[in-house]
Amino acid sequence: MAELMQFVLSGLTVGAVYALVALGFTIIYNASDVVNFAQGEFVMLGGMITVFANMAGLPIPLAALTAIVVTAVAGVALNKLAIEPARGAPVVSLIIITIGASIFMRGLAQVVFDKQLHRFPAFTGDTPIMIMGATILPQALWVLFGALVVFAGLWAFFTRTLTGKAVLATSNNRLAAQLVGINTNWVMTMSFALSAGIGALAGVLVTPITNTSYDVGIALALKGFAAAMLGGMGNPIGALVGGLLLGLIEALTAGYISSVYKDAAAFVVILLVLFFMPRGIFGKSSTDRV
Amino acid sequence: MKSLTALATLAALGLASAASADIKIGATMSETGPAAFLGDPEAKTLKMLVEKLNAAGGINGEQIELVLYDDGGDPNKARTFATRLVEDDEVKAIIGGTTTGTTMSIIPVAEDSEVPFISLAGAVEIIEPVKEWTFKTPHTDRMACEKIFEDMKARGISKIGMISGTDGFGASMRKQCLGVVGNYGIEILADESYGPTDADMTPQLTNIKNTAGIQAVLNPGFGQGPSIVTRNFQQLAVGLPLYQSHGVASKSFIDLAGAEAAEGVHLPGAALLVADLLPADDPQKPVVEAYTAEYTAKYNEAVSTFGGHAYDAFQILMQAIERAGSDDPSAIRDEIEKTTGYVGTGGVVNMTPEDHLGLDLTAFRMLEIKDGTWTLVE
Repeated sequence: MAELMQFVLSGLTVGAVYALVALGFTIIYNASDVVNFAQGEFVMLGGMITVFANMAGLPIPLAALTAIVVTAVAGVALNKLAIEPARGAPVVSLIIITIGASIFMRGLAQVVFDKQLHRFPAFTGDTPIMIMGATILPQALWVLFGALVVFAGLWAFFTRTLTGKAVLATSNNRLAAQLVGINTNWVMTMSFALSAGIGALAGVLVTPITNTSYDVGIALALKGFAAAMLGGMGNPIGALVGGLLLGLIEALTAGYISSVYKDAAAFVVILLVLFFMPRGIFGKSSTDRV
Repeated sequence: MKSLTALATLAALGLASAASADIKIGATMSETGPAAFLGDPEAKTLKMLVEKLNAAGGINGEQIELVLYDDGGDPNKARTFATRLVEDDEVKAIIGGTTTGTTMSIIPVAEDSEVPFISLAGAVEIIEPVKEWTFKTPHTDRMACEKIFEDMKARGISKIGMISGTDGFGASMRKQCLGVVGNYGIEILADESYGPTDADMTPQLTNIKNTAGIQAVLNPGFGQGPSIVTRNFQQLAVGLPLYQSHGVASKSFIDLAGAEAAEGVHLPGAALLVADLLPADDPQKPVVEAYTAEYTAKYNEAVSTFGGHAYDAFQILMQAIERAGSDDPSAIRDEIEKTTGYVGTGGVVNMTPEDHLGLDLTAFRMLEIKDGTWTLVE
């Protein structure tokens, strides 16, 4: 029993990390149908800027805030310099642009920061919390809490606010959105800023667990993307459930079957889900006008 | 103004070709790319040593010219650069091959063109079976395994659990450890693994913890994995001795794992890392202290064992050229093979025709982390 509990807690720890990254994909995807593959780099920037701002003498909370603001600015720059000039290009081209941007950001981080691994202390210490004979680190609770808050915020944003609805309208039909008076350029800029900010927040929260370095973005983005696909791209609840589910499958496979098949098992489940539910667990079935 | 620049360029070219009459040494290293943290200190070390040697009058009255290429960790590029070194630059010897991958692609070039080659990569496959023109300076994974098992045996540990990374380093060391563990009468009761970017290893460690009879845990791994294993190990209060590999023997490991979690971790490490802890009569002490002082003064960063490998390769090569009294590649090769009693940063090197590495287990020191710093275990 304690064993199962430990596997579940481990799954929740890892799953919360995936969920937080997956949530970051949501806004840009909802605004433009673009899967932003530079999302992992936002997470990396969040962690790395916090580390270096902290080393420069800023206390962690201030360093984290700096990281989130700077990363949001980087997100806006990405939109203004790379996505907006390519306006009108097909979605696939835009996705390829985000891949290019991620490579660029990784290269830049390697020069501006360094190539070493870094970490800063957990917010509330490293003393494990005992739950039914199993343990979880306090930082994992922070990550879980962060994922829940971001989820709640996004849910309220898309269903309760006019701005959120403007984002969805822009995604549905940009021309129609413009005709009803939505400033679609501003919507795109804001989506990138918000996505980047959420990514950076994820980076700040997960770094005490995962460590950070200039190249952590790829692996995190890949798992976050898989989680978002599993749950249903663009849906905040999908990102949350998808992330936690992915973490749990990995942890239970590692615990009960073999750590060798951990990733394979997770991807088999994703393939099966996408086979029967191509839009993910919570994805809306798509309706195309003919 | 333009013609003046052109004139200056011409003059520089003229100087360069005049200098090419000296002894040419080639190197291809991964200064950038994923192995940059290995290749960067290696290249810096070589440049520093060549500069110093030339300022002191060179070797056998001749200056050394270093031709250095950056292969970015790409084996294809490494092969191209090795060919260029041999055919266009006509070097007398090659140092390099930062990773096992790049080394393996340089070996055929060096062997075919009969140019001595000293590799800076870890795998035992580089020198086993022995190749006529290929040598290496870093210790092998197998030696690290043997050092660890030797220490376990001395402590009466006979049943262990192993958790290894699935990256190149972890997988290779796991294989080597499984190969030699029988010689020490030690049994591996649990054999778990984790991916190089995983964020939590508590499921694997829970299984190890729940396996009856395990007396210690070994973690062959590199990069961030070992620091997370160490933290999870403390989180689960496993309460057994934890052995890490030489792959994490750097100051940053203690920071990443946290001093509290890293307390009591055992690992084999090179003398270079604990230069200040070595007893005064240790033969390696003057060498590692001098290299550390020189390197930190020039580049203002901490030394790493990787730069040390380049230091050893260069010194072995220079001593061989000095003894050979000529820059004939074949004579240099013979002298490298005769290297005996060379005290370097990696240990005392005694090469033979059967052993193109020449290190024994004394090259490793068993270390234990106490109060957030290294201590020597003897």
